Amino acid sequence: MALTISSDLCTGCAACEDECPNSAVHMKRGMYLIDPDKCTECSGKFDQPQCQAVCPMTGCISKAG
Amino acid sequence: MPAATAYIPLDSFGPGRPVLSDASPQAAPDLDARVSDHPCYSESAHRHFARMHVAVAPACNIQCNYCNRKFDCSNESRPGVVSERLTPEQAVRKMLAVASAIPQLSVLGIAGPGDALANAEKTFRTCELVRRQAPDLKLCLSTNGLALPDHIDDIVRHGIDHVTITINMIDAEVGAQIYPWIFYDHRRHHGVAAAAILHQRQMQGLEMLAERGVLVKVNSVMIPGINDTHLLDVNRAVRERGAFLHNIMPLISAPEHGTRFGLDGRRAPTAGELKALQDQCGDGAMQVMRHCRQCRADAVGLLGEDRAAEFALAALGEIDPPYPREARRAYRAGLKAAAPAAQPSAPPVALSESVCLTVAVATRGDDRINQHFGHASEFQIFEVDGAGARFIGHRRVDHYCQGGYGEDDAMATVLAALNDCHAVFVAKIGNCPREALRAAGIETVDRYAQQAIDPSLRDYHFDYLGRLAAGQLHHAARGDALLRQGAFVAV
Repeated sequence: MALTISSDLCTGCAACEDECPNSAVHMKRGMYLIDPDKCTECSGKFDQPQCQAVCPMTGCISKAG
Repeated sequence: MPAATAYIPLDSFGPGRPVLSDASPQAAPDLDARVSDHPCYSESAHRHFARMHVAVAPACNIQCNYCNRKFDCSNESRPGVVSERLTPEQAVRKMLAVASAIPQLSVLGIAGPGDALANAEKTFRTCELVRRQAPDLKLCLSTNGLALPDHIDDIVRHGIDHVTITINMIDAEVGAQIYPWIFYDHRRHHGVAAAAILHQRQMQGLEMLAERGVLVKVNSVMIPGINDTHLLDVNRAVRERGAFLHNIMPLISAPEHGTRFGLDGRRAPTAGELKALQDQCGDGAMQVMRHCRQCRADAVGLLGEDRAAEFALAALGEIDPPYPREARRAYRAGLKAAAPAAQPSAPPVALSESVCLTVAVATRGDDRINQHFGHASEFQIFEVDGAGARFIGHRRVDHYCQGGYGEDDAMATVLAALNDCHAVFVAKIGNCPREALRAAGIETVDRYAQQAIDPSLRDYHFDYLGRLAAGQLHHAARGDALLRQGAFVAV
């Protein structure tokens, strides 16, 4: 259970990094990535995945796999 | 349920809310001194003082239909656009480089490219670091207001004297047409409910800032067909709540920017529509700003010029220059000494209030007519009648991506931008453009070359009346003009 960031759509604004309650979002070689081991899709914490709810780019953050 | 999801009508905030006194901050005696060196807040300051925006705030907490966060062109000047994002530490390095090269620097602002307060940690860290090195620099920030009520103490503690809130509506039904969603209290909210929350937070934040004595400018984007008439109500509401300046800006909606409004074909207001609204809003006690250039979130320099590229991170030296306190003091002392004596005004009996002329002026600054027509990337626009001359705005005219590259296309752009003008004042002009202007009914005037703008406008008005009386010319109001045709390419 994890989300993933589309590198094509990502603007690098870091909003998701700031909102993630699990510190699962990090920057690697100029790209933002979600650590699948840490991502819980905010289950049990919030009723919407925070990164998806704040991301300005439609479709940029979606379910992995 | 979050505290602010219910729509709270403007006039029913109820007991316990900050009570507004009749005396708005603009009545404060120190207001002139507080804005006298802020180029965005003072029309006279913008010719002598420079600002820099540091792009430390990339994230945003709302979506506006006039914004596309993906679009990032270094040759394009408008809010929300930057070429390079900075950490707070990098912002300080850039500030030192700019301060040592531009003694006119008086203000450091944080204006995005997202929302300053959606990146509160980065924003206030930047303020703290800058304040340590440059205690005389004014700090300001701009925000959509959603997170504002949570940060009033931070703003006051960091000595941020000026805050700009973008307020486009006071009615959630109107807001729903401008904002598709907001992110608030860990949820994405849509439509009318989203706009209601945003509105409540904006009004609350404005009142809290006014109560603490922070100067608040309100920016509004004029969107024809959506909020153009509604902005009169916005003007009244923000004035009542203590804003001291209202900056009404035209919608930028070129389709190539990829914004919702651009793709929908929503048009920008014309120069005449914008001025009519500004005039109506400027009728009351609150001032209306007319010299906004809608600059980038990383703009550097005097308003109307953008030197951001000179100060890119890669262009900074290895060792940061020291903050040039002495040079800055000397520049201000020089300005004071060079302040022109008040011009003797022409005898009022010679002037008629009934004939109002619109005049474009080519100027490089210093309040003088000192620019060649062909070198002007923008013109300042004045209105002059028997009561005197008034600055009413500016028009960008060249360096456009759109509209081709030939001389004919460039001239067509200029003519469309100056179509409401009776005359254009220049230091010099070629024969071809002079003839094209004449054919369009615009008189070219180069006899005031290098002279001060205000007395020249009065003299021209006086002369115009004389020619009118002698039957040498026919006076009529001119048509409307176009604002910002296509994307602007910074020089």
